[in-house]
Parts: sequence; C-alpha cells; structure tokens
Amino acid sequence: MAELLSLAGVHTHIGRYHILEGVDLIAPEGELTMLLGRNGAGKTTTLKTIIGLHRASAGAVRFQSRDLIPLRTPEIARLGIAYVPEDMGIFAGLTVRENLVLAAREREIDDRRLKWLFGLFPPLEKFWQLRAGFLSGGQKQMLAIGRAVIEPRRLILIDEPTKGLAPAIVGALIEAFRELKRAGSTILLVEQNFHVARSVGDGVFVMDTGRITHAGRMAELAEDAGLQRRLLGLSLDAHQ
Amino acid sequence: MSDLSAARTMPFDPWPPAVLAAAMLVPLVWIAPSTWLILTVAGFAMGMMIFIMASGLTLVFGLMGVINFGHGAFVSLGAFLAASVLTRMTGWTAPDALALNLVAVGPALIVAVLVTGALGWAFERIIIRPVYDNHLKQILVTIGGIIVVEQMIHVLWGPDQIPLPRPTAFKGSVGAGDLVFEKYRLLACVLGVAVFAGLHALLNRTKFGLLVRAGVENGAMVEALGYPIRMLFVVVFVAGSALAGMGGVMWGLYQEIITAGMGMEVMVLIFIVIIVGGLGSVGGCFLGAVLVGLVANYTGFLAPKLALASNILLMVVVLMWRPQGLYPVIRQ
Ligand SMILES: Nc1ncnc2c1ncn2[C@@H]1O[C@H](COP(=O)(O)OP(=O)(O)O)[C@@H](O)[C@H]1O
Ligand SMILES: [Mg+2]
Repeated sequence: MAELLSLAGVHTHIGRYHILEGVDLIAPEGELTMLLGRNGAGKTTTLKTIIGLHRASAGAVRFQSRDLIPLRTPEIARLGIAYVPEDMGIFAGLTVRENLVLAAREREIDDRRLKWLFGLFPPLEKFWQLRAGFLSGGQKQMLAIGRAVIEPRRLILIDEPTKGLAPAIVGALIEAFRELKRAGSTILLVEQNFHVARSVGDGVFVMDTGRITHAGRMAELAEDAGLQRRLLGLSLDAHQ
Repeated sequence: MSDLSAARTMPFDPWPPAVLAAAMLVPLVWIAPSTWLILTVAGFAMGMMIFIMASGLTLVFGLMGVINFGHGAFVSLGAFLAASVLTRMTGWTAPDALALNLVAVGPALIVAVLVTGALGWAFERIIIRPVYDNHLKQILVTIGGIIVVEQMIHVLWGPDQIPLPRPTAFKGSVGAGDLVFEKYRLLACVLGVAVFAGLHALLNRTKFGLLVRAGVENGAMVEALGYPIRMLFVVVFVAGSALAGMGGVMWGLYQEIITAGMGMEVMVLIFIVIIVGGLGSVGGCFLGAVLVGLVANYTGFLAPKLALASNILLMVVVLMWRPQGLYPVIRQ
C-alpha cells in the first residue's frame, strides 16, 4: 500500500536535549499504524515533530512526497493532517459546537457528517451547547477526536487517547477507531494500552529512547508474548 | 445546526459580580445616598475609560503572553492627535450644540483610532516581533518604545502640557438639586458600555472572536487546527492599540490637560485592571475597571489620603481571593 507519511532518520532537539535520535517510520494509506513504547520513549515528540510543533533538526518527514520540515504547523494542518494531543487540547471556554466549528475551518459543518459523528460519540449531541470545560474526561476525548474527523482529513495523529479513561469509554473509542478505519482513514495512533493496540492496529512501530526498535504487523506482535516482553518490558495484555 | 448565534447554555460564575455589588453597597454605610450616586457614576465613568484603554492589552497578553509596557504610548498619542484635530475645529466645538460638537469629536476619534492602529501595526512588527519568546526583553524594548513615542510627541507638539478642551455640549452637568452629574461622565459611561458590548459580541458571535478566545486558552492547538496564531495576534494588537488611542482621547478630554507622559502614568491603573480581571479575559477587564474606578472614587471621598493606595490594596485583596484574577482564563 502507498505510504502516506514517512519519517526517515528524524532527529529532534528540545532546547539542549536531543530527544529523537533518528526515527524511521511509515504510515501506509488507509491503515491504522500503532506507535508504542514506554513513557519517555519519544512518542509524543514524534507526533509533535510531524505536525510541526517541534522542528526536526535532521532527517526527512514526508507527506505524500512533500517535505513537512520547513512548514509551519498551520500549513501542515491544512495539508489535511489532524492532531489530537495527549492533553486533548480542548478549548474549555468554548462550547462543544464552537470547538467543532473551529475544527471545520472555513467550511460549514456538514449535517450528514455531524450525524455520523453523533452516532460515533452520542455525548457530543447531548452536550452540543455546553462549554467543553464541563465535559467528563471521556467526553473531552470524544470531542478531541471529533474535531479531528469533523471534516475528512488525510491523516489523523492521535496521542494516547485512552489514558485515564474508564474501560467502558475505552471500548467506545475502540469502536470509533474501527469505524474510522472502515471509512478509510489513515491513522497514526500512540498508545500505552496494549489491548487497544491489538484491537485496532494494522502496522506497529515500537520506540525507545528516541529510536524505533521494532517495526512489523500488529497481529504478529500480539501473538508473540516473548517479543512483547522484550520490546515493551511487560506483558500488559495478561491483565486485559 | 451550526449557526453561530445559537443560544449558549453556559454556567455563569456569579461571584465576581457579587463582589462588585458588595463593593458598591458597603460605602453606603458612610456616604449619603445622593453623594453615593454621584460618586458611583464618576467611578463607573472612570472605569469605562480605563476599560477602553486596557481591553486590548489583556488580549495581547492572553494570546501570546506578550508583556507590553508600551501600550500607554497609544493613549498619549491618541490624546495629542485629538487635540490637533479639535483645535482646528473650534467652529464646531465652541457652540453649545451637541450635533455640531459630535461632528468635531467624530473626526478626532477617527484620526486617533486610525493613527494609533497604524502605529500599533508598526510597533508589533518592529518592537514586539523580535522578542516574542522573551519576557525580560519584552519589558525592556516596550519601555524603550514608549519613551521613543513620548519623545516624538515632544518633537511634534512641544515639550509642555497642552489643553484638550471639551466641546461645549459636554461641559457642565445635568440633573437637579443634590443630584447633578457631569455630562462628560455620562458620555464616558455610554461609550464604555458600547465598546464592551461590541467586543463581547465580536468575541462570542464571530468566528474571529472564537479563534481569539481559543488562542488565549491554547495557542498551539489553534495552530494545529490550521490557523496561524501570529496573524490573529497582529489583528488583536492593532485593534488593541486603536482602542488605547480611543481611550486616550476620552481620558484626555476628561483631564482637559494632556502631557506626553499621561499614557505611562495611566499604565499603572491599566495593569491593575487587567491583573484584577484575569489576564486574557475581556469580561474580567470590564469588571476590574469598574471596581478600580469605584474604589478610587469612594476612597477619594472617604479617605483622600488613601486614594492612591486604594487600587493597589484592591489588587492585593482580589489576588488573595483569586490568584489568577476575577475571571481566570483556563489554560492548558
Ligand atoms: N519540553 C521538553 N523539555 C525537555 N525534555 C522534554 C520535553 N518534552 C519531552 N521531553 C523529554 O523527551 C523525552 C520523550 O518525551 P515524550 O516524547 O513526551 O515521550 P512519550 O510520549 O513517549 O512518553 C522524555 O525523556 C522527556 O522527558
Ligand atoms: Mg507522550
């Protein structure tokens, strides 16, 4: 399958710190690619480098053969890349509707698309006019993902969406990712929850200390407990 | 489904207005009601002028964390521009006819707003832009900026203070018996409320306003949604400078004597107001300005010796209650 996004030998510095030390990664079109790794491995920095919130100091970040590194964040976003940050980045003082209006940019929110989104995340309809700051954590995450998909985007970057959420809501998010895959979205998903990863991942990259340490198919990693232990240092799925 | 004017169900924080009400009612213990009413109108009028001058600065800080000590330059410049326009239009300002007087004040305000807005644009490009990420440098270069503007005023208008007489229809008072209100103060109240209503509508009912509010909360996310925050910032900076210029005209007409240093002097009040209100919050700025104006007038009457310290005291008390100001902006 065609690679929509590719990183080759990407290095990123934050201030004096050398955080990414040569990341190689591809996200094929139409697939959900997992990016796994322990805390501090550099997953968030990788996503921020793609969306331009950090600037790579070396290497190449290509999106449909376009080099993203010289571009500013808004330009990168307007190529069709949506970003759901680890802290969700919800505008708490704005209503659910206003958050989505901004995410749709110059377009009016499409009614059919909105119905589809409400089907995916019913709380967004219920709290349509509520200030987003009053939503629960799970509902905020639904809004954060909703913003990323309110208009069709070429690539969606999502950073640890299930962190700290109740199992029922994690289940709803897994369903939502499956629906997004059915709709043909290309997603790069950072997760710590291995259960989520094995439920939705097509390809998988594992990173540690700023480098990719494993690349392969998610199904293979899910079958190989020894590999999981070696790469991730734990067998998370034992409890899930 | 996506109309921007849909009704908003948002819980409103009633405590700051309650504090304002208390601050208004408590002085009635010592002050006769008719005097109290006059002081209240005077305080409100002063608050409205400070609000107009301060409203842009709170957004400038909120949007990009830029500390602009040079904001007062636009206040001074606005007042001097108005003086130049009005002294050329004495045919309109001298007769006691409201319509004629307004014909003179209109161009004065327009010239002040346009020129200070344009200077704001240059100020942002030349002085602010190179120091976006450095507070210490911002403080130093913006103080440098206001000094340069003050010296330019000395060059263009001379080193002395100059008069800025109110048009005749705005002189004197209305009312009867114990209750007489200066006309000019009533005008300031009306203009201040109009500016607040306009800003409020802009921030709540337009997409640009939504972006500004979103940017105050989380600029990086606004960028990740595809909007360049720096372009928003430039627009806000220019509008804020123009409002400061407009406020400077009002403030100058209120004092009737203007000096190049008036902007620097009023900056103390402006900073108190935006800190009391909560940096980045226009509603908080409005409430803070009213509080500052009222407290200044009540204490000026009850304990003139305390008048200078009263606003600092007010700020300390508010910050002890709410360290982020009356309406803290939620930041991520
Ligand atoms: N702003 C920053 N300043 C300094 N170091 C940072 C900053 N952000 C992240 N880091 C460091 O970079 C490394 C990778 O962080 P991050 O990309 O957030 O990891 P992950 O998302 O995989 O948990 C960590 O060691 C972290 O401490
Ligand atoms: Mg992270």
